[in-house]
Amino acid sequence: MSDLKQDILKIYPSATFEEGETLTVNVPEADWFKFASDLKDKLQFDLLTAVVGMDWNESLGVVYYLTSTPRNWEIMTVKVVAAGDRDNAYIHSVSSLWKVANFQEREVYDMLGIKFVGHPDMRRFFLRNDWVGHPLRKDYDASPELNPIRLEEEKNEDDTRSWSLDKDGNLVCTPGKIFAEDDYVVNIGPQHPSTHGVMRFRAAVDGETVKKVEIVSGYIHRGIEKLTEGLTYPQILHFTDRMDYMSAHQNRHCLCMCIEKALGIEVPERAVVIRTMMDELMRISSHLLAFGCTAMDMGATTAFFYGFREREMVLDIFDKTCGARMSMNYNVIGGVIADLHPDFVKDVKELIRILPGALKEYHKVFSGNIIAMNRLKGVGILPKSDAINYAITGPSGRGSNWSCDCRKKHPYAAYDRVEFDEVLETGCDSYSRYMVRMKEIEQSVRILEQLVDKIPEGDIRAQVPKIIKLPKGNWYAQVEASRGTFGVYIESVGEKTPYRVHFQSPCFNLVGVMDLCCRGHMIADLISIGAALDFVIPDIDR
Amino acid sequence: MFNFGQWTSAFNNWLLGLGMADWLAVLIECVIIAVLVLLTYTVLALFYILYERKLCAWFQCRLGPMRVGKWGLLQVFADMFKILIKELISLRGTDRFLFKLAPYIIITSSVVMLACLPWGNGLQIIDWNIGIFFILAVSSVGVLGILLAGWSSNNKYTLIGAMRSGAQMVSYELSLGLALMTIVVLCGSMDISTIVAEQESAWFLFRGHIPAIIAFIIYVIAATAETNRGPFDLPEAEHELTAGYHTEYSGIHFGFFYLAEYLNLFIVSGIASLMFLGGWMPLHVPGWDGFNMVMNYIPGPVWFLAKAFFISFVIIWFKWTFPRVRIDQMLAFEWKYLMPFALANLIFMAVFVALGWHF
Repeated sequence: MSDLKQDILKIYPSATFEEGETLTVNVPEADWFKFASDLKDKLQFDLLTAVVGMDWNESLGVVYYLTSTPRNWEIMTVKVVAAGDRDNAYIHSVSSLWKVANFQEREVYDMLGIKFVGHPDMRRFFLRNDWVGHPLRKDYDASPELNPIRLEEEKNEDDTRSWSLDKDGNLVCTPGKIFAEDDYVVNIGPQHPSTHGVMRFRAAVDGETVKKVEIVSGYIHRGIEKLTEGLTYPQILHFTDRMDYMSAHQNRHCLCMCIEKALGIEVPERAVVIRTMMDELMRISSHLLAFGCTAMDMGATTAFFYGFREREMVLDIFDKTCGARMSMNYNVIGGVIADLHPDFVKDVKELIRILPGALKEYHKVFSGNIIAMNRLKGVGILPKSDAINYAITGPSGRGSNWSCDCRKKHPYAAYDRVEFDEVLETGCDSYSRYMVRMKEIEQSVRILEQLVDKIPEGDIRAQVPKIIKLPKGNWYAQVEASRGTFGVYIESVGEKTPYRVHFQSPCFNLVGVMDLCCRGHMIADLISIGAALDFVIPDIDR
Repeated sequence: MFNFGQWTSAFNNWLLGLGMADWLAVLIECVIIAVLVLLTYTVLALFYILYERKLCAWFQCRLGPMRVGKWGLLQVFADMFKILIKELISLRGTDRFLFKLAPYIIITSSVVMLACLPWGNGLQIIDWNIGIFFILAVSSVGVLGILLAGWSSNNKYTLIGAMRSGAQMVSYELSLGLALMTIVVLCGSMDISTIVAEQESAWFLFRGHIPAIIAFIIYVIAATAETNRGPFDLPEAEHELTAGYHTEYSGIHFGFFYLAEYLNLFIVSGIASLMFLGGWMPLHVPGWDGFNMVMNYIPGPVWFLAKAFFISFVIIWFKWTFPRVRIDQMLAFEWKYLMPFALANLIFMAVFVALGWHF
């Protein structure tokens, strides 16, 4: 950490540091953009991990989590306090440095009303255009008179706004347009067979060729981050199962880890192994679903059923131990909620026995099919540099040959004592992303094989205080969810409810590359690219 | 072999024997035939819906409809009544006249094609010297209905679906026609009854061996594309265009598209059985007289239906196995591979026939 401190002082001598979980630098707004570009260019912080908008009552601001992949995935934190008064708070945008910030900053603007200077398209991201107020502000007025249930439909917003500063330091708005006047815009979603939920794309097409994709999000936004501020820590756990429901265990694992880290709780060995196994089972289930949906979105309905047939076995295992097939609510602070079902070991062994043969069958039915290969290969190219820039982690990032597995980079749970390979593909296209998923199923099976006979005896839960109060401070935890790196940010002021919780979901970043990947391809490719990126909508609309 | 022509001419003579004028007898016969054709059409459509649902279920490790009637046999009737009582929703912004006309164009073209198929010896309605040519001509009318449906719905999905359909059907008609012409060259006639009669010694698939088999494969691929079925179901690509050209239709107007799709599957299978597998002609092996005698005891319509259902099975199998192709890949496949290949095969067959290399 001290190395990094020295390096930062070299590029920015007036940096002030704060003690915390990671090295935290406080930067005034005026120096932020310069500091950010130096961090990226000189200190190789090439990955913007999280952007957390904050309302510290006296000021608004943003907490940035930055990761440097060449520096052995070292994480640092930058706190920037917004300039201007509360109505006109602004921060310089870094979307030109890290493309992932484009949507992240729009979310912060939506929720906290901080305007990002230099951002090309400063519109709301989740809420309706006519929404009054910014919900994550502490002084937000939630009265239904201000935002009644609107009975008329939301108008398409085709105007963009871009803010800049004039000579006197005042904010100036430059209007723009999303689509050209004569673009033929096809609306896909929110109710559409292959958007995997209520996602909406507006695609400008020229014949069958896609020219631009505009993402309209927020149809199932539930305001989870706002809701958490009024609930105790055990009460907020269940939200994680309802974000990416295909990574329910991993997400909840992450939140529990973050709280345990803050409380300094040691999780019993048995719970650690159970958590790891559940995470891998969840990953298998998710990738089987991804296989099925990719096949179905391309018209191969039978392959979809094949994927579901094996997934059913995983769900039965969950059903027996957790009591539910979806929204399992299994991890709790300090361990897991219930012990394993007596059949667990037998069922997992049966799954391990079945899966290799099933995978062969999938490859025969779908992966090796000439039509499937022609549809997926060379489509939706995402080079490695773009994958890092857009923070595309998980199987999609590894399909671009980017080694980004959180289980390897920041080992947690039992991952440091099992052997598995990080699957990488060099194609950077939809087929590579698809193949990474198929091969990750094999690796998950490998992890399960190593653990299934070695589940230690003992407690399933550590002793935790009856009333959980986190000490003052902020924590960030990451896990490798089925679709990428899932992060949880908690800021506490010592109450039994959190001051601010932010969920950094992988799918939010995935949907950000749709425009980049789809341009110049056909309408049919838009669907297959979306299927191969495999985003889950509730994870985007938290 | 039993000639169904005996029955029809006996009926005709009986009508005339009652002292009817010629035109009146023909009129009565026409009405009876029309009723029979429509009845056959409906029954076949119902059968095909169940056939596909059951087959698809078995491919997908499912059971398919099981609740209504034994093995779900009555499910299709329930579905039929459901679709009949559904409201025909008319939408704002559509071209009313064309919107309502389109399903009738499609259903008409498919009924006319059905009427051209021979079901048994003497069991056919129209029998003239350009039979197969006529079927091809009528089949191209269907695409007009699809284009009109897509255009008049005033919806971007339907328009894209219609444009895809237009490009697809016009392209694949070439291969389809060329594959059929290959057999016409072998047979020397476009008359359907002659084509079937020529296959008495052996089916054309065996008589023409190599070029006939190539033509058969080309025909099955092109026919799959002609009927807008997977992997060529782009005009109604569910996952891209929700339902393609018939997105905006409801009730029996949608039902017409649905029925026509299934019946077109039967019709292309019927034509394949006619041109390549002998139509209603039983399986005859030259020299095996005893075997041929036994085969002759199975009635012609059974042969015809069994062959048609078998080819339909293959086409349904395609649909539930392959992913969908993309529009540019589909057109490239037709224009760069299938059509030149069919053309070369036609010449190949002409050489075969000229040199007498066939059986």
